[in-house]
Amino acid sequence: MTALPLILTVFVACAVEAIEALTIVLAAGLTREWRSTFAGLAAALVVLAAIVAVLGPTITLLPLTALRLVVGALLAVFGLQWLRKAILRATGYKALHDEASAYLREVAAAKSAAVTSRRGINDWYAFTLSFKGVLLEGLEVVFIVITFGGNQRNMGAAVIGAAAAVVVVTVTGIAVRAPLAKVPENALKFAVGIMLTSFGTFWGAEGAGVSWPGNDAALLVLVPVVALVSLGYTLLLRQRPRPGQAPAAAHSSEEVASS
Amino acid sequence: MKRLKSIGAFWYDFVIGDDWRVAAVVVAALALTALLVHAAGVNAWWLLPLCVFAALGWSLRRATAGPKP
Repeated sequence: MTALPLILTVFVACAVEAIEALTIVLAAGLTREWRSTFAGLAAALVVLAAIVAVLGPTITLLPLTALRLVVGALLAVFGLQWLRKAILRATGYKALHDEASAYLREVAAAKSAAVTSRRGINDWYAFTLSFKGVLLEGLEVVFIVITFGGNQRNMGAAVIGAAAAVVVVTVTGIAVRAPLAKVPENALKFAVGIMLTSFGTFWGAEGAGVSWPGNDAALLVLVPVVALVSLGYTLLLRQRPRPGQAPAAAHSSEEVASS
Repeated sequence: MKRLKSIGAFWYDFVIGDDWRVAAVVVAALALTALLVHAAGVNAWWLLPLCVFAALGWSLRRATAGPKP
């Protein structure tokens, strides 16, 4: 695989997580205090960078077969989680993730919390809210960067994809000074779920010892097949009769089938 | 102890998620694939994708068994 698909996959996956982190940072900064919020953000980024710096080189030292088996299994499980949630959201069985309402919830909580100074930080609530939000969302980014970068023996390309996503989302967030509610988040998660599941299946099976027909070119078939099966499940669930529910036509514009 | 439990719960949720059966199917499929390749000499590249699709369908079926929330 060349570096471009790797960079693009990591970019999209990381952009989704960065959007969620941005919502929390904006809620903390706009309602509390920017200085403490930025301190929390910076502290979380330092921790995440340290994890990548330690685990990144270590993981590339592992034998490729063992690495592909373990990482493939993890990625397949991780990707199936994303796909499952995205399909349930697209078919109305789970509420769509709404950045605007998530932002309002965080703002309400931030406004009601008391201001306390601790360890040289003016507003400890803003610091911890920003730190925890960025760290938790960032852990998924780190997981994707390390697994994709390690497996492709190209950690630099994975880091470029992740860094580009964070920069694009941050710059956009600063420009609009609001959560990126118009981004089709579920469609992006659906796409990322397809990529993670496909790569996880490909690498996991390789790690178990199989030789894919056509070698790396098998991915060009596997990705569309995973997408088609996922869309098939989505359509099946939409058509399924649901007791006491309105017809499936009344879905939000953020639908995976149209993405 | 409480902290350890919450760390364990976080990692379980992070890796396994809402349905542990999906993870179990993936692990079992990989083990069976390795067995077929190394013990029986069968290049079972098709097994894991089939199990992945089946696991996703099974998990969705279980999640949507009742009416929509």
